[in-house]
Amino acid sequence: MSQLLLVAILLALSAIAYQLGRRRALALDNVNGGRTRLHSRPSHYAVLTMLWCLFPPMLVFTVWSVVDTHVITGLLVQDLPAEFQMLPMAHLELVVNDIRNLAQGNIAAHADDPTIQAATGHYQQLLQINRFAKSVVMLLAATAGLAIGWRLISPHLRARVHTERIVNLFLISCAALAILTTIGILLSVLFEAMRFFQTVPVTSFLFGLEWSPQTALRDDQIGSSGAFGAVPLFAGTFLISAIAMMVAVPIGLLSAIYLAEYASRRLRSIAKPLLEILAGIPTVVYGFFAALTLAPLVRQISEAAGIEAASESALAAGLVMGIMIIPFVSSLSDDVITAVPQAMRDGSYAMGATHSETILRVIIPAALPGIVGSILLAVSRAIGETMIVVMAAGLSANLTANPFAAVTTVTVQIVTLLVGDQEFDSPKTLAAFALGLVLFLLTLTLNVIALYVVRKYREQYD
Amino acid sequence: MTDSPSDNSHSVATETIRRSLARRYRQERHFRRWALSAVLAAASVVTLLFASIISNGYSAFQQTYIRLTIYFDPALISTPDSDPAADIPRVLITGDYQGLIKQSLRTRFPGIGKPREKRDLYALISPGAAYLIRDMLMERPDLVGSSKVLWVPADDDVDMLIKGHIRRDVREDERRLTDHQLAWIDQLISEGALKKRFNGAFFVHGDSRDPELAGIRGAAMGSLFTLGITLALSFPIGVAAAIYLEAFAPQNRWTDLIEVNINNLAAVPSIVFGLLGLAVFINFFGMPRSSPLVGGLVLTLMTLPTIIIASRAALKSVPPSIREAALAIGASPMQAMFHHSLPLAMPGMLTGSIIGMAQAMGESAPLLMIGMVAFVADIPQNLSDPSTVLPVQIYLWADSPERAFVERTSAAIMVLLGFLITMNGLAVVLRRRFERRW
Repeated sequence: MSQLLLVAILLALSAIAYQLGRRRALALDNVNGGRTRLHSRPSHYAVLTMLWCLFPPMLVFTVWSVVDTHVITGLLVQDLPAEFQMLPMAHLELVVNDIRNLAQGNIAAHADDPTIQAATGHYQQLLQINRFAKSVVMLLAATAGLAIGWRLISPHLRARVHTERIVNLFLISCAALAILTTIGILLSVLFEAMRFFQTVPVTSFLFGLEWSPQTALRDDQIGSSGAFGAVPLFAGTFLISAIAMMVAVPIGLLSAIYLAEYASRRLRSIAKPLLEILAGIPTVVYGFFAALTLAPLVRQISEAAGIEAASESALAAGLVMGIMIIPFVSSLSDDVITAVPQAMRDGSYAMGATHSETILRVIIPAALPGIVGSILLAVSRAIGETMIVVMAAGLSANLTANPFAAVTTVTVQIVTLLVGDQEFDSPKTLAAFALGLVLFLLTLTLNVIALYVVRKYREQYD
Repeated sequence: MTDSPSDNSHSVATETIRRSLARRYRQERHFRRWALSAVLAAASVVTLLFASIISNGYSAFQQTYIRLTIYFDPALISTPDSDPAADIPRVLITGDYQGLIKQSLRTRFPGIGKPREKRDLYALISPGAAYLIRDMLMERPDLVGSSKVLWVPADDDVDMLIKGHIRRDVREDERRLTDHQLAWIDQLISEGALKKRFNGAFFVHGDSRDPELAGIRGAAMGSLFTLGITLALSFPIGVAAAIYLEAFAPQNRWTDLIEVNINNLAAVPSIVFGLLGLAVFINFFGMPRSSPLVGGLVLTLMTLPTIIIASRAALKSVPPSIREAALAIGASPMQAMFHHSLPLAMPGMLTGSIIGMAQAMGESAPLLMIGMVAFVADIPQNLSDPSTVLPVQIYLWADSPERAFVERTSAAIMVLLGFLITMNGLAVVLRRRFERRW
């Protein structure tokens, strides 16, 4: 039975459950000429019956899915010929993997071994039985649940209280998913990072000046020292982010001021949605723009000026990243500036200040905390930005402050370390998680500070 | 000037004020000009971006085709010992279609003897043309033995020459096309047998190593599956979380913690979500790598904060009097929410979700982490097939060295931006249409 059909049948069953529950509730309501008062509305009874019908199969599915692989593998091994069962554990696992691969139609070693082929057939049979049994048990559970739910309906059943409690539980678990996600991020990154720090000490990771993650396969291999000093990556990240902020902050802030203070209502109504759309341009597009258009341009201009520039210079990546962040800075600052009370502007005008004096001496100082907060959020975004730097910045870790040189960033290294087929527990891949941990903590700190500043600022004028 | 010249001290003061006023007005004008130029700078950069992508990409919607008369030679298609009538599909699959094209080219340009020149001649036609002919014959086996005039795709180098990206005036050994090839191309052009036509393959094919055969259908399907999962999960969960936080959550430390978490997650770099997906969904739960399923789950976690924040704002904008009226006539808080406040907040929630979906659609960094960067030529059929998505396809093509991929990358970007601008535009229209001032 296919999964889709099973889901369809379950949904149909639950719809039937809803109808049956509703009918029974209405029927009870009409007994004694409507004098027996139901505790809740008929629809509450109906929903409760439906939940009774849906919950048991879901429980069965979860428990079954956790157990079934182990059981099937156990059965498979049990039925293998005795000579296989004598094999050591690791070897046996290889054989089982072979059988699995064959059953999925993939290429496997020992495909022509008759015992393996027989075992594969057996395995497929087991899988089929398992799938069938699972579906049947789920449907049985659904029907049983339906029956129980239906039987339970009575005028005294506090159906509304029960359903609302269940719905409330669902709402809480949805909201708690945010905490779960954070914990998930922290644990997954932390766990692998710990394993990395077992081979590479924390201090040499955080303060080491050399980054070359290629671990040597042989002792005499050149250029594969396996050095994991992350300082050049941090330096590169900050260099590119600094260039980006130098572009984004003045342009973003000034255009926010223009739009909030000078622009006509019509210009604003065009410019604001336009900015929103701009903020929605995927970063991969900016990355392509950087690599294809801006990087050659930067190179040509700097060469005309007599400066030697790498083709993947930090300048090109930083400039494009700055462009990407402009709408971000401007829309946040715009919100902050328009939140400054009109009374403060009016007061300033009454003293005879010009428009620009009011902006520079009254509005900006008043909005400063909010602006700082939005800039911090922008910095955090620049540090975590991936695609632009992957496409336009370099791979070699140079410790330099020269914007024309090629530098690499934390995110670029995470991508290069993890994309491609790798063993999962080599220090090389684990290093990516250590970098991820640093990145997460860094942006987390920036975000917490920024959000705190912005919130304080809001409270000030609310 | 109305001051009398005798009132000396007064006029000095006015003179000072007048001068300082002039200075201050000048400053005002300067400042205003600076601010305007910032807006213009931003606008011009954006124009440059769009101009560069459109000017690079528009040509990819056309592709050079070459007209060939092809004789479906039974000797090449079916082996002598097989009976074509008995087992048509199997025989047709193994036919030498490349040979058919070579034969046709040889009759077209007779008198080419050197193997090197022959190879150059064959290189004019895309290697994918053979598959097109095979597919055509599989559909109509009765064509075997007859001749037909066909337009087959030219190789990407020919295409680039026609579109002006390969220059004719450089030395032969620095050019990707030889002098012979140029002569043949010119001959074909003068006979009207080489033309640019609409590039339908770009929309119906999956990825390919040959630019002239590569299309976005596979990536588009991958995007569709991934976004489907994202929408199906993140919208209900996001709305439920918003309802809880806005209406039912008690004021305590837990609620504060959840709120801080949501705001934080909205600003966590997307690549970190990719690390989470790799460690939890793939390594811990053993879900299939490169699949839209995992991609959708990761993007769900990533877009949830956006949707929750937007949905909460939408719920907040519904006046409390509506809820209170419902409560006053005996509705439970749950009924007041689901029957009254929620329907009124729905347009705002939908708007937020569309924006969240647009974000998810353009996202690529976390998907790199979970292996959706593999070269996938097949069009994914279900949620666990290996696949890629549009932005990752753009990234992959941007890395390809062939010149012809530049225009295809730009064209794919145009398609992606088309989708995104439509989605964002829809959100803006929805907001304008249903925005209610209470």
